[in-house]
Formats: sequence, C-alpha cells, structure tokens
Amino acid sequence: MDERVTLYARNLVKVFHTRRGEVRAVDGLSLEVHRGETVGLIGPDGAGKTTTVRLILGLLRRTAGESGVLGYDSMRDPFAIRAATGYIAQRFALPPDLTVQENMRFFANVYGVPRHEQRDRIDRLLAFAGLLDFRSRLAGHLSGGMKKKLALACSLVHNPRVLILDEPTLGVDPVSRREFWNLLNDLRAVEGVSILVCTPYMDEAERCQRVALIAEGRLIACDSPAAIRRQVAGELLECRPSDVRRAKALVAELPGVLEVQTYGPSLHIFVDRADERRAAIVAALEAAGIRCRGMRRIIPQMEEAFISLLRRRQEREHA
Amino acid sequence: MIDLQRLRAVLRKELTQLLRDRITLLLIFMMPLLELFFFAYAVNLSVDHIPTAVCDLSLDVRSRDFIDALVASGYFDIAEYAAGEADVIAALDEGRVRAGIVIPPDFAAQVARGQGEVLIILDGSDTYSVQAAYSAATAIAQHHALDLMVEKLRRQGQTFELMPVESSVRVLYNPTLDGLIFIVPALIAMLLQILTVNLTAQSIVREWELGTIEQLLATPIRPLELILGKLLPNLIIAAVALVLIALIGFVGMGVPFRGSVLLFLFLSLLFAISGLGLGLLVSTVAHTQNEAESITSMLMLLSMLLTGFIYPREPMPAIVRLVGDLIPLTYFVRIVRGVVTRGVGLTLVWQDVAALAIYAALAMYLAARFFHLRLD
Amino acid sequence: MGLRIWAVMQKEFIQTLRDRRTLLLLLSIPIIELFLFAYAIRMNVDHLRTVVAGAEGAECYAYVQALEASGYFDVVAYVDDQAEVIRAIDGGRARVGVVFPPTFARDLQRGTAQVLILVDGSDFFPAQTAYGMAGVTAQDYGFSVMVERLERSGYDTRFLHPPLDMRMRILYNPDMSDLVFLLPGLLAMLLQTQTLVLTSAAIVRERELGTMEALLVTPIRPLELMLGKIIPNIILVILDMLLILALGTGLLRVPFRGNVLFFFAVSALYLLSGLGLGILVSSISRSQKQTQQIVMVVVLLGAILSGFIFPRYAMPKWVQMVGLLFPLTYFLGISRGVINKGIGWSVLRPSVLSIALYVLVVLGVAVVSFRRRLE
Repeated sequence: MDERVTLYARNLVKVFHTRRGEVRAVDGLSLEVHRGETVGLIGPDGAGKTTTVRLILGLLRRTAGESGVLGYDSMRDPFAIRAATGYIAQRFALPPDLTVQENMRFFANVYGVPRHEQRDRIDRLLAFAGLLDFRSRLAGHLSGGMKKKLALACSLVHNPRVLILDEPTLGVDPVSRREFWNLLNDLRAVEGVSILVCTPYMDEAERCQRVALIAEGRLIACDSPAAIRRQVAGELLECRPSDVRRAKALVAELPGVLEVQTYGPSLHIFVDRADERRAAIVAALEAAGIRCRGMRRIIPQMEEAFISLLRRRQEREHA
Repeated sequence: MIDLQRLRAVLRKELTQLLRDRITLLLIFMMPLLELFFFAYAVNLSVDHIPTAVCDLSLDVRSRDFIDALVASGYFDIAEYAAGEADVIAALDEGRVRAGIVIPPDFAAQVARGQGEVLIILDGSDTYSVQAAYSAATAIAQHHALDLMVEKLRRQGQTFELMPVESSVRVLYNPTLDGLIFIVPALIAMLLQILTVNLTAQSIVREWELGTIEQLLATPIRPLELILGKLLPNLIIAAVALVLIALIGFVGMGVPFRGSVLLFLFLSLLFAISGLGLGLLVSTVAHTQNEAESITSMLMLLSMLLTGFIYPREPMPAIVRLVGDLIPLTYFVRIVRGVVTRGVGLTLVWQDVAALAIYAALAMYLAARFFHLRLD
Repeated sequence: MGLRIWAVMQKEFIQTLRDRRTLLLLLSIPIIELFLFAYAIRMNVDHLRTVVAGAEGAECYAYVQALEASGYFDVVAYVDDQAEVIRAIDGGRARVGVVFPPTFARDLQRGTAQVLILVDGSDFFPAQTAYGMAGVTAQDYGFSVMVERLERSGYDTRFLHPPLDMRMRILYNPDMSDLVFLLPGLLAMLLQTQTLVLTSAAIVRERELGTMEALLVTPIRPLELMLGKIIPNIILVILDMLLILALGTGLLRVPFRGNVLFFFAVSALYLLSGLGLGILVSSISRSQKQTQQIVMVVVLLGAILSGFIFPRYAMPKWVQMVGLLFPLTYFLGISRGVINKGIGWSVLRPSVLSIALYVLVVLGVAVVSFRRRLE
C-alpha cells in the first residue's frame, strides 16, 4: 500500500434497515487521505458524510467494502485506529458537567497520555485553542465556538496523526470559524497531521487540499478545489434580473447556455463563451421586458461547481 | 485487557459528575430514607382499632358484655353510637366508620333461648380493614358464644373441664406480629434494587441522550472499562445508602437483626451487583431517559407485587411466580428474611444465594454482550 | 393564543406518539396492576406448609386432620422434635409447625392438653393467617371433643349449640374481592401518577435538551406553552382511565354504583392537581434525573400515605397530616364513594371542595414558580 495514504475507504457501503425499508446511506464510496493533507468531505445534508466517518472509525458496522486508518482495518482494529485518531463528533458531545480542565484530563487519560506529560500538553493545547482563561469553566457553559475549540483540544491531546472532524464549525460565528481553520492549518502544515473534515460550507472547502463531493452516499468528484472548479464546463456570467424566475426559464433556452443556477436575487449562467453570449442574453431579457443589472463575468466558485457537478450527474443517471 | 489509566479516567469522570450535581446526590440519598421512614410508620399491616359504629337496641347486660368483648379485643374502637341500622349504614357511607354492630332489641332474652343474633356490617371498600374485622369479629363471637354455652352447662351441673385442648401459638422471630419487623428488611432490599437499577440505567442512557457516547466511543476505551467505570461509583453510592438505611432501620427503628452482619453485607453486595447488571440491561434497551424511567417504574411495580416483598408468593399462579423469578429482589427478599429476621446462616439460604449469583453473572454477561460499543 | 397552544399541542402529540415504547409502558402499568390483582395476588394465604412433631396416637392424628380440614394447613412432613420443626421453619421449608407433647392423649383425657403451634413470623400475611386460624381450629376441635364427651356421659347434645349467632354483612363488596376495593384506588393513582410523570418529564426534558430556548424565543407565552404541553397528556391519561374503567367494570365485573358523569367531573378537577404538581416538580428540579427522583418520592409516598392500600386511620396523626399534602388522599374517598358505595355530591361535598381548593393553591404556586424559573 502507498506509504503516504493514512486513511482510506474502498467501495464502502452502509445499508440501514429502517421500518420503511432499506436505506443505502453510503453506496460504494472510495476515498483516500494522504499524510499532511486536509480533505474536505462535502455534500448536502443526508449525503452520508457522518455515516462515512463513523464507518471509518468503526463506530458503525459496514455492510460491504473496506476502510482503514494508518494501516489498521476499521472493523478488525477499531481500538488501534481510535488510539491514533482524533475525532470531533458533529453534535458537541463532551460531558457538559465537567470543566474544561477536567475534560482535557479525562481525554488525556483515556487516550493513555503518560501522566508526567499531561500538564505540559494540556497547557499547550489550551493555549493553542485560546482556552487558558476558561480552564475551570463547565464545558456546558462555554460559547458555541469555544465548545468546538475545546473539542479540538481534547481530540488532539494524544498527538494523533489523523484527525476526523464532522462539521466542526456548525453553529459557530465567522470569526471563530476562521480561527478554527487557522488552527487546523497549523496542525497540518507544522505537525503533518492528516485531516478529514466534513463541512457544508463551501468557503471551508476552499481551504482543503482536496475536496470529495458526495451526494446520496456516492462520490461525485474528488480533486483539489481548483481542479473541481475547472471541471465546470464553460464560463460563468452573473446578473441580477428584475424577475428571476422568468429570466431563468428564458435564458435556459438561449443558444450557448449550458446551465442556469439561481442564487437569491442573482442568476448564474454557464455559457460556452462568455464574451460572445453576454450581449445576446441581455438583449433577449430586455426584449421580454426584464431589466438586467450588473451583468459580469465571474470565476466559478466551489458552490457553482458543486451544483453543476451534481446536476450533470443526475442528468447522466436519468439518461 | 483492562487498562488501569483508562478505567481510572472513567471512574474519576463519573465521580466528578456525581459530586458536581449535589442536589441529585442529596435526592439519591434522601429518597430511600424518606421512603423507609414513611413506609415504616404508615404501613400498619395488622389493622386494629377499627372505627366502629354501635347500634345497641337492647341495652341490657348481655349486649353490653358482647360489646365489651369486642372492644377488649383491641380490634374495634367505638367511634359513635347510632340510633338504628340506617344510621350505621349512613356512617359507613360517609366513611366515618369502617364497621358497624347492630344488636337487636331483647338480646338477653334471645340469648337465653339460645337464639341470640348480632349483625356486623363492614365496609367492603377497604380490604385491609374488612379482612381484619371479619376474622376478628368471627373469632370474638365464637369465643363469646362458647363462653356463654360453657357457663350454661356449668349451671346445669357439668363439672369437668369443658375445653379440653388449649393451643398456644408462638410466632417465631416476630412474637407480636410487628409490621416493622416484617417490612423493614424487605424494604431495605427493595430500596437497594431501585437505587442500583435506576442509577445505572440513567447514567448510561443519559450519555446516549446527550450524545456524549459518540465522543467516548471514538476513544480507545474498551466496553468493559466503560461499564466498570460507570458501575463502580454506583456500587459505592449503593453501599453508602445501604449502610445508612440499614442503620436507620435496624438501629433507629429497633428492628432486630438476628443474623451475621458480615454475611448480610456480603450478600447485599452480590445483590447490588445483580441490580447493576439489571440496570445495564435496561440501558441497552432504552434510548432516552424517559424510556429508561418508564421501564424502571414498571420494574418497581412488578417488584412490589410479585417478589414477596408485601404479597405472599404462594397463592400466585405458577406463571406469575415465574415472572417474579426474573427479578433479583425475589431471591434477596427470601435471603434477608432468612439472614436478618430468622438469623440463619449460609447453609439454609444457599439456594437463593446461588440463584442470585447466577443471576448477577448472567445479567452482567448479557449486558456486556448487548452493550455494543457501536452506534448501530 | 388558541393557535399557538394548538401548535405546541401538535408538537407534543407527535413527540409522545413517536416515543411509542414509553407510552405503551406508561399506559400499561395500571392495566398490569389490575390484572395481577384480579388473578394473581391474594393476601389470604391458605395451604400453609406445615410440619408436625411428636404426633403419636389417634388423638394427635384427629387433631392434625382437623387442621388440614380447615384448608389453611397442609402437612408436608412429620418430624421427631421441636428443634427439627424450628430448623424446617428457619430454612423456609415450612411456615407452620405443630408440636404435640408426649403426654397429649393422657392430657386430653384430663382436659388439660396443650398443643404448641409455631408460626414463621418473617412473612406477614402467612403469619397472620396461621396465627388466627390455628386458634380458631383448636377451639373447633376442642368443641367437638367436648360434645363427644358430653354425649358419652349421656347428655342430650341435640340442643347444644352456641347461643349466639353472628350475621356478617359486607357492604359494597360482599365477596370481599380485592379487585372491587382496588379499582377506584387504581384510577385515583393513575390520574395522579401519569399526569405528574408525563407533565414534569415533558417540561424538564425540553429544558435539558435545550429546545425550551427555541420555544421561548417564539411569541408563545409561558401559560400557553404549559397548556399546550399538558393537554395532550391529559387526553392520554383520560383514555387510559376509560380503558381501565372499561376493563374493570366490563371484563372484571367490578360494579360501578354511582353516577358516572359526576365521577368524570370530579376526575377532571382532580387531574388539574396532578398537572399542577407536575409543573411544580419540573420548576424545582434541574435535570431529568432530579425530576425522576422527586416524582418517585411523590408517587410512592402518595401510594402509602393516601390510604390507597393501607388505611389512614391506622397511621399516627402526624403521618396522616403529611398525607393531606397529596391530592390522592382527597380523591380516594371520592373514587371509592362513587364507584363502590354509589354516593354522590350531597355526601362528598367536603371532599370535592377540598380538591378544588388544593387545585387552586397548587396551580397558583406552580404558575408562579414556573414563571420565575423562566426569568
């Protein structure tokens, strides 16, 4: 096996049996994370992100396929995996009636950190997470952002080589989110930790080395953010028409238009050649009595790319 | 297998959480004490001094003798005198009395003719009173009638000893049929079971409900370490509570303790372990604290009714007895009655002890099997 | 306001119904109790296991036969002496021991025979039965020996019978069935326990899971929130009550003597007291664990002190006073009065008024403390 691969999933399948029948939450997913790399697991709610990381950690029993971390198999050696991995569950899930310090100490002991190293390491991590002043506060009384930082500090207490984070910034304000990502970046760059992070935020995806787009339990694309963006066919135009719905229907029928997405009041139009089509679109809209402001060419972001890839995938399946 | 550092970490976490929530901790200890206290003073199994309405339409020597006999027995207290049968029934309707005695006019003459007849009216909506009143009135009337007859025979010149057999009944272990002696040991057992089962079930189910279990499971903690770390603090609490309630029951309330204290403590430990195992099993079935609570209250109800705690098991149908056999309290009630009340040793209760030991082992085994450290 | 209550009600209903196992367990507790009391539980014990020591001669066996004929004693073994009898009782193999003195036959002739009956006092009901019945049987046996002897001496015993006869009439419950006695109490218990448990659990759970905050930022008033949470619970409890009532009076044939409408009206009033207590408990306690402990104490003490099983007049005065803190105490008399005795408003007026007063007080205190808790 490739020495650089620290975490992998191969044709991973998870079927849940519910009262209403079988649900394939993860459906033949393959994925690799290399040393010193941050991979973002991106997809809409219910895409199977949480199930995937739980399978990799051995918290769920897989239905088929393989997965492992650092050469250990998720099912056969779950404890070896857990000993070398840090994990932050989606829901803040540290005992709320323990203080910050008590939580740190608990996880240090549980992860088998030698006693004489604990004090230094906890102090270092609390400083790193900016929690030094909150040592004796109950975890349940921390703010949302601080809770996540505490969770990160706890999951790092044993110097894990792999870190798995499930929507770690959910419900956290933008400033704290930025701080949190700066911490992750330091870890990856300085300590060489491999990070697998589930996130619904596209701006966070941009900060990953590679991004895995998943939907309905299947991998749609996996590449660097730039490469993902490049996968979007054509060029992108943005405008703000006075009637978005009518404009969308109208524009979609025009020659050279590949795809139209709405973002609130604005329309994102994928065309084969932006400079050629711009004038025609404006003209067509105005002919229909729709005023169109701020027509400009933009560079596709992750979000457009993701929606576009998803759409194309669905079309291919229907065909 | 067990890593001491991890086990200690879980233990410390549990203890910190327990001690942090002082009010809950206080409640945990206060609840059994309150229950013991009120149970002991409120539960009067042998009902006497039943409030009684008397309607004596005869008012002669014979009727007064009979009423005196009833009152002297201690079972009946005259609460009021009524003018007629209707008044007696009205007093019963309104709940002022639980029993009524109606003596017809001309009672003495009827008795002389050998045709005396008294009417006893009882409130059937109160089982305890009615049963006590029924058997007491029957016994007293029979005795009184025999006395009258013997008196008559004597007057006719029969001189020999007329009642040739006397039975003397001796109630072992509890000569005065004191309800406390009967209820306190079993109640202590009951409280111990409630405590161990509830504490364990709640403390585990809470982790599920708060979602903290996922974070715990993602660490290298082994199932056994987590289970032991959860159970040991509960065992300590149970032990402290046991000593407290046992002190109050046996020292404070003066219920005699006839057997070996050491044996009792040792067997209580075994019983507590089976309770912890049962709580663990409950936690593998229940997903929310609400669910755990309703399961444990069902268990409490069945324990009250089916284990011999209050109601005797002998008259129950075999299948109902079998349900009782599934509850550890059934064995331990027999054990405490043996060790505490009768003062016997291991040799006479070994069957129940063995059953309890098997129960504890089985419950732990099953719980550990079903307590999978996975989320599905 | 109505719409907002309706919204909360819907949410509660959905949550309660989704948690089907809990619901099933809660609602089935009284039904199980009903059937156990109907078919399984009896306080009267007969066929007590009995060992006999020192039985020699026809006289002893005649006596033993009289004991067995009573139906209360089953002789399981004959042993040599008293020590062995005590060992059998110690080991729980027998409940009763009968010890004849070696001189029993001769003493009987002289009219001074003594039999020692040993009873296991560690279990109450068997002991009580054995105690009472042993005395009665001995008296019966003595009487028959006496009659026989009088006959032998030529006395005409045809007219020899006790000069006093007692007629026993048991009102409301002529067969002395535990069930008739239990049903009204069970309904009273159910109404109090279920409302208390469901109400307090619903509120505290909401708070512990943090969803209370989400509700409180909406325009819902505390009172509306409370009503919305409580009404679905009331409906469930009422359904359960109807079920028990139907099972009890229909299948198990417990007579309902009073006015059903009057009973329902007072039950509704009484329900409010359980709700008030539930809100009160939930505003005192900080977590589900605490609520559970407090509810357990209230339920258990209520059952013990209200007269549900053990009669109140037999308790010490101060314990009776404590019992007045539980609405169950007031309702029990009403429930038994209406169902068993068939009495109504004219007799029960004081009890109904006390419940009304209780409801006013407890709801007032509950609302105040609930408000304070929210602030």
